[in-house]
Amino acid sequence: MTQQVVTANRLTDGAVVYFTVDGQWSIWLSEAGIAESETEGEALLASAQEAVDANVVVEPYLIEVRSEGSTIKPVRYREAIRSKGPTTHPHHGRDAAFAVSGANAPAAFQNGL
Amino acid sequence: MYRYDEFDHAFVQQRVAQFRDQVSRRLTGDLGENEFKPLRLMNGVYLQLHAYMLRVAIPYGVLSSRQLRMLAHIARTYDKGFGHFTTRQNIQFNWPQLVDVPDILDDLASVEMHAIQTSGNCIRNTTSDPFAGAAADEIEDPRVYCEIIRQWSTLHPEFAFLPRKFKIAVSGADTDRAAVKFHDIGIYIRRDEAGEVGFEILAGGGLGRTPMVAQTVREFLPKQHLLSYLEAILRVYNRLGRRDNKYKARIKILLHATGIEEFRRLVEEEWKVIKDLDYDLPEHEMQRIQAYFAPPPYETLDATSRRFESAKFSNPAFADWAKRNVHGHKQPGYGIVTISLKPIGGVPGDASADEMDFVADLAERYSLGEIRVTHRQNLVLAQVKLEDLEKVFEELVDNGLATPNEGLVTDIIACPGLDYCALANARSIPVAQRISERLADLRHQHDIGDLHLNISGCINACGHHHAATLGILGVDRRGEEYYQITLGGSAFEDASVGSIVGPAFSADGVVDAVETIINTYLGIREDGETFLGAVRRVGIDPFKGALYGAD
Repeated sequence: MTQQVVTANRLTDGAVVYFTVDGQWSIWLSEAGIAESETEGEALLASAQEAVDANVVVEPYLIEVRSEGSTIKPVRYREAIRSKGPTTHPHHGRDAAFAVSGANAPAAFQNGL
Repeated sequence: MYRYDEFDHAFVQQRVAQFRDQVSRRLTGDLGENEFKPLRLMNGVYLQLHAYMLRVAIPYGVLSSRQLRMLAHIARTYDKGFGHFTTRQNIQFNWPQLVDVPDILDDLASVEMHAIQTSGNCIRNTTSDPFAGAAADEIEDPRVYCEIIRQWSTLHPEFAFLPRKFKIAVSGADTDRAAVKFHDIGIYIRRDEAGEVGFEILAGGGLGRTPMVAQTVREFLPKQHLLSYLEAILRVYNRLGRRDNKYKARIKILLHATGIEEFRRLVEEEWKVIKDLDYDLPEHEMQRIQAYFAPPPYETLDATSRRFESAKFSNPAFADWAKRNVHGHKQPGYGIVTISLKPIGGVPGDASADEMDFVADLAERYSLGEIRVTHRQNLVLAQVKLEDLEKVFEELVDNGLATPNEGLVTDIIACPGLDYCALANARSIPVAQRISERLADLRHQHDIGDLHLNISGCINACGHHHAATLGILGVDRRGEEYYQITLGGSAFEDASVGSIVGPAFSADGVVDAVETIINTYLGIREDGETFLGAVRRVGIDPFKGALYGAD
């Protein structure tokens, strides 16, 4: 079964955020609440929608992830980049120390991913 | 350069105040995202992958030192200390907070800049030759007409909601340094047989998913009719351009559907109706704008400089730089300098706030306080005395901006790609960095010669890959980044669209593929033949063979 989390961009600064188990928004993917089924995903997205109405985030959507132990990794490389920041400017990413390879990241591109 | 009059000032300030109010209403929720999005886009604010992005217009790529310092200030104060110069001669800031944008726009307004019409289905920033007003091969200064078009197209009520975005470029020189033939409307300043100066008007060029070279609508248009003729073309497009499918909405699709003959007939018919009404600029207004672009107070100098010549002899690094990055000027004793924003392994088009401040200062001391942005993502000092060139070079060296690679294989155009852009399918910048590192050796680059390598991270082609001699397009193939290579494009007056050489390469394989292509060229070229010349002579088969094997 595909695991999913809800992501969005924060209204005030556009930062990438994830919907947590307790209904908050975190900049850390590791804190995201995971939906284990399609139904759970839809429910998670529906409750995330409240934050759109409350002007906290914009354009929430579901992404596929794989959770391994305490880490959560996006399936698509686009989302891996979103979760870490630009690979070309790792010093501008959210955690410059982060150097774990994202899902499907080609060996040539492991600068910061 | 052009200076705002009281109307310009009042208008821009009014727009900043409106946007400040719109942002505050968005934050309180009085405006929802659906209402706010078109408003922010009208002010150049996009929501990208990691943050908002603000695209600031640099009219026809011309900046004063004062303006460039303000861009540095914005980068330092509201962003992460850098900006990205684009293929449309604009600058983008990658990290502004929404709440700060009204203040940024206020700062921009204080130096006569804004972000209006840098997004949306309207007429965008008119682009031009970065050597305008200085080029040795120029008929007339295109900036005059760019400014006229800027004023005409800014908030033009009829053209605020076109079927799709609309881009115009003007060149006044024999050599096309503005990729004119890849614009919705392209304008070449021409002289007719009687010696009169006017325009050749082209339309229907563009890149994106359907790349097309513009076709000539009118061979020669007398100068005074510029605006009425543009108005006629825009009206035909606004009326007949498709609105049902955004991928078929550009003027190139309309022109392709009607054919050039019918398109020309439609335009001429419309023009006949309006040409003698008051659409054109009165002569005195034309002269008023022309006066802003009057030649600067040049010194009377010899055509050659002994100091320049001897420095080239005694300083090989300077000679290498001068060979590629210095160009002929129409005024004896002056030269045009390109400051490469393509350091080996660097991010094409990026400049730090400190670099911007330094270039602003350098321009003030050596180039009459003026800087140009090129569509190849470099900067230009257009008014440098030959005798000052070595000093300029030494200062550029000290500030890490003396990469001597203009027009060489490491002078790569790259769009922001998937590192920043919400539309991208693959990353562009890391590919550019790795190619640049692989081909860093300057002697090897000189041996390869003129080669434009452009990279786009998606089919929208902001990185102009179709128009490159060696183009790279990033695609998403089953969840992995792949790169398709095209050969034989040109953005010059001999414009052409590159041909796809074969199946795409993985991110790991694309740099090797580029090197294989270049080595193939080095093996087959005839005396003095450029890469483009060789591709045009032999076609893509030898390259295909080298890349994929005999079958």
